[in-house]
Amino acid sequence: MNQRYIPDLKIPASRRREGPRENMRWIGKSMKRVEDPRLLTGKGKFIDDVVVPNMAHVALLRSPFAHARIKSIDISKAQALPGVIVVVTGKMMAETTGPTVSFSSPPVPQYAIAVDKVRHVGEAVAAVVAEDRYIAEDALDLIEVEYEELPVVSDIEQMPYAKGDAVLHPDRGDTNVAMDRTFTFGPVDADFARADLVVKRKLRWNRSGPQPLETAGAVAEYDEGTGKFTVHCNTSMYTYVGWLCAVSLGVPATQLNIVPTLAGGSFGSKLFLHRVIVLTASLARLAGRPVKYIEDRLDNMSNADAHGSDRVYEAELAMKRDGTMVSLRYQVIDDYGAYLQFGYGTHGNAFSQVVGPYRINSVEAHLIAVLSNKCQQGAYRGFGSEVANFVIERMADAAAKELDIDPIEIRRRNLIRPEEFPYVIPTGNVYDIGNYQAVLAEALRMFDMEGWRVKQAEARKEGRHIGLGLVTCQERSVFSSTEFWSLNPPDQPGFPLTSSPEAISLRIDPTGKAFVKLNAPFWGNSPETVVTQIVAEALTMEPSDVSVGYADTDAGFNGTGPGGSRYTVMVAGAVVAGARTLREKLFKFAAHMMECGTGDLELRSGNIGVKGVPDMEKSIAEVAAASHYFRLNFPDEPGFESGLETTAVYDHPLTTLPPADRSHLGIFYPIMGHMAHAVAVEVDADTGKVDILDYVAVHDAGTVVNPMTLAGHVRGGTAQGIGSALLEQFRYDEQGQLLTASFADYHIPTAHEVPKNIRVGHVETPSPYTEYGIKGGGEGGRMAAPPVLVQAIEDALKPFDVEIMEIPLTPNRIRQIIRQAQG
Amino acid sequence: MSTKLIDIAVTVNGKSVERRVPPRMLLSDFLRHELHLTGTHVGCEHGVCGTCNVEVDGKTARSCLMFAVQAEGATVNTVESLGTIAKLHPLQQAFWEKHGLQCGFCTPGMLMTAKELLAANPNPTREEVAEAISGNLCRCTGYQTIIDAVMSAAEAMRNTEVTPS
Repeated sequence: MNQRYIPDLKIPASRRREGPRENMRWIGKSMKRVEDPRLLTGKGKFIDDVVVPNMAHVALLRSPFAHARIKSIDISKAQALPGVIVVVTGKMMAETTGPTVSFSSPPVPQYAIAVDKVRHVGEAVAAVVAEDRYIAEDALDLIEVEYEELPVVSDIEQMPYAKGDAVLHPDRGDTNVAMDRTFTFGPVDADFARADLVVKRKLRWNRSGPQPLETAGAVAEYDEGTGKFTVHCNTSMYTYVGWLCAVSLGVPATQLNIVPTLAGGSFGSKLFLHRVIVLTASLARLAGRPVKYIEDRLDNMSNADAHGSDRVYEAELAMKRDGTMVSLRYQVIDDYGAYLQFGYGTHGNAFSQVVGPYRINSVEAHLIAVLSNKCQQGAYRGFGSEVANFVIERMADAAAKELDIDPIEIRRRNLIRPEEFPYVIPTGNVYDIGNYQAVLAEALRMFDMEGWRVKQAEARKEGRHIGLGLVTCQERSVFSSTEFWSLNPPDQPGFPLTSSPEAISLRIDPTGKAFVKLNAPFWGNSPETVVTQIVAEALTMEPSDVSVGYADTDAGFNGTGPGGSRYTVMVAGAVVAGARTLREKLFKFAAHMMECGTGDLELRSGNIGVKGVPDMEKSIAEVAAASHYFRLNFPDEPGFESGLETTAVYDHPLTTLPPADRSHLGIFYPIMGHMAHAVAVEVDADTGKVDILDYVAVHDAGTVVNPMTLAGHVRGGTAQGIGSALLEQFRYDEQGQLLTASFADYHIPTAHEVPKNIRVGHVETPSPYTEYGIKGGGEGGRMAAPPVLVQAIEDALKPFDVEIMEIPLTPNRIRQIIRQAQG
Repeated sequence: MSTKLIDIAVTVNGKSVERRVPPRMLLSDFLRHELHLTGTHVGCEHGVCGTCNVEVDGKTARSCLMFAVQAEGATVNTVESLGTIAKLHPLQQAFWEKHGLQCGFCTPGMLMTAKELLAANPNPTREEVAEAISGNLCRCTGYQTIIDAVMSAAEAMRNTEVTPS
């Protein structure tokens, strides 16, 4: 028997300070969200609710062509329209404002408004600033642009061969291929040589997108006196990358204050919003007026830099006859669209869990990243790993079919075993801990697979097409940023080890109430609730005594922001650090007040008490008042400074650097969640409609902070996965026209398409590396629903003997598949 | 482009409002920008998502598909007409308890749609609730907890003699 290949890396020791505990009072409770009352009464402050004095409004002229040179722009008529303040072209803006940030290396420059050339339909060509949005949109019709059309690149499989005028960014060479590189992790050739069978499939994942109901927007002010910008925006990672917007504007970071607002959903799409920030700030400077820009839905769909992955795979899975998965090899072409804001991050991300929950010994990936005349990709729930899950699960099903093994059984045989954690996968990433067998068992129990098989057989006799599916998938959480650069060309510099920190400021006021300031915004998650629960737990306070707010970049400090299912884990770390600092200080004051040693003290129900002596205690409020107002009654020693306030930073709990030869990528996404999804569907063979009859989702996200909100993420993510699998696609024609540019054409699931009872189960395997053992769980549903639905639909259509390796499976597409099968 | 302004009188959330507006001003913009009732949100501006739903003369309407001038003489109610933070409407209370919202952006439209349903059908089935909200998109929840919330509110409202306005 061959020995398992393990990349040569050392797993650092855990830096955890608070382990999971029995009988926690607030962590683990389905506490109602503290965010909700203001949202329910229409008092939430979203970006379009921000109004500043003398504010003007922006509308953007969008390119009707997918690829064209801008020969000339005549703005005179638009400029003359009463109510128009200024009309700005890309060239005009470029005089004062540089390109927006690109994380690709070498960069692919992109401007907030296109300068010489448009590269996709919907790209901004000019901006109008006017007294109101109606006038601004009127003025767009008066701008005259002369275009010279260029060849359009829209067919993914032809993209790598485009030359000459069809090349989008000739400065990067005469090709649209941004990367063509093979990564080999482990003894792939030897593993394929010892395989009994190689399963080969071609798979197609079409592009969909996040489509939050609130679009992106910003309100920007420029104070000519101080030279300072203030930009309100529904962005996420403003404390992490906000300063890069200042670079685009040509000012020091101290001259740009970004103020977060609530975001009406993001799902990745509002990660940075650097282009919206730079656009509005630059326009405010040019117009001499504060400006508001809110994308309309067409802006958002055609130009929000937020389309999801768009990939064609040729995959091979090397198998032993007994069902053992040995090695995975694939070529993937990924159509990134016109720009490359996040580099190849979505493939770096996929490498974090590319082998799924399976004991696959080696991996080889030939990555071909291409640029095309489409809106560029951004982040969408899963960030590329949802596609990797689809591929490995579909390959597992194909292998099961070829080896005539039950699909559940083939998974069971390959699952990593509980005693093997921490488990290093061939790419170098570590799976911290898990119990995949327990998750599978719970899913089978909840779903009643045997019962469904009986119902399926009965239905088949009646000519009905019921299909069953079950997948076992990974959900990596807590990214460490390495994925954004580790796949860059070898001649491009990398970075040192990234801490990707998260911080809070924590203050206990003289009345004993806790004030927490976050360095990341609300984007539809529950940051205030989660932080309230953890502060209440850590300081034994009542949740009603905790107040949570948001820092702007002027006041903010180390923070990264939500994304990559990291926030709950990271902010919990910061809260633990801050609570420990304040507890130490509270103990110091209290020990002096009660004439005891700090080692004798404990926190209990909002009091600082002497261990074993129930009557001897002071409330946090008493000690807080003493520390704020009466410090001079205490010793003149360090530790007795006035007040109770701290900033606390939590760095990534477990990450290592990739070696220069990229024989592996280091540990970069180790807090590994797991899930099993099971589904029963019925396909109407006459109409192609898919009904979901039952759906079970069992997740292991470590210690659960709030079961209710975690279940919300699981269900909501599953609904988006249903959309990706069955309905949603950004379709471009050969001329690069976006055919699905409204909600009438781009179908996001309604209450009819999502099952009315997605049954959610949890298995808790606490992480040994994070505070309280929490793992992230924000993306999971979307990372399992597509493969399980396709598997079930394929099962339903067994009488037609079809195999399905492409999504979305719209009714029309299912009818095509059935028609083809019938000849 | 000089346009003739038109005088309108509308009853919004129980208060008489008189304004002079351009004929092309959308009802959603009128509510949000003229009256500063920013609880009504705008999601798609083409009538699909239902985020901007308000009640016009007892029936829900897409405020992005109506001009303000069309509301002349009408009674319009927005989410601000439901409960207050101190005294939530049973629907708001149920959405809170059942986790019927995440980002909260679609919520005002959902609440107004659910209110219309329960006024006509105080004892709906889950299927009927799904049907009623099928013209309202939510991207966060997957709808299940919204249906839970509406069912729970229906029960609470059936058991309450006086419904808070």
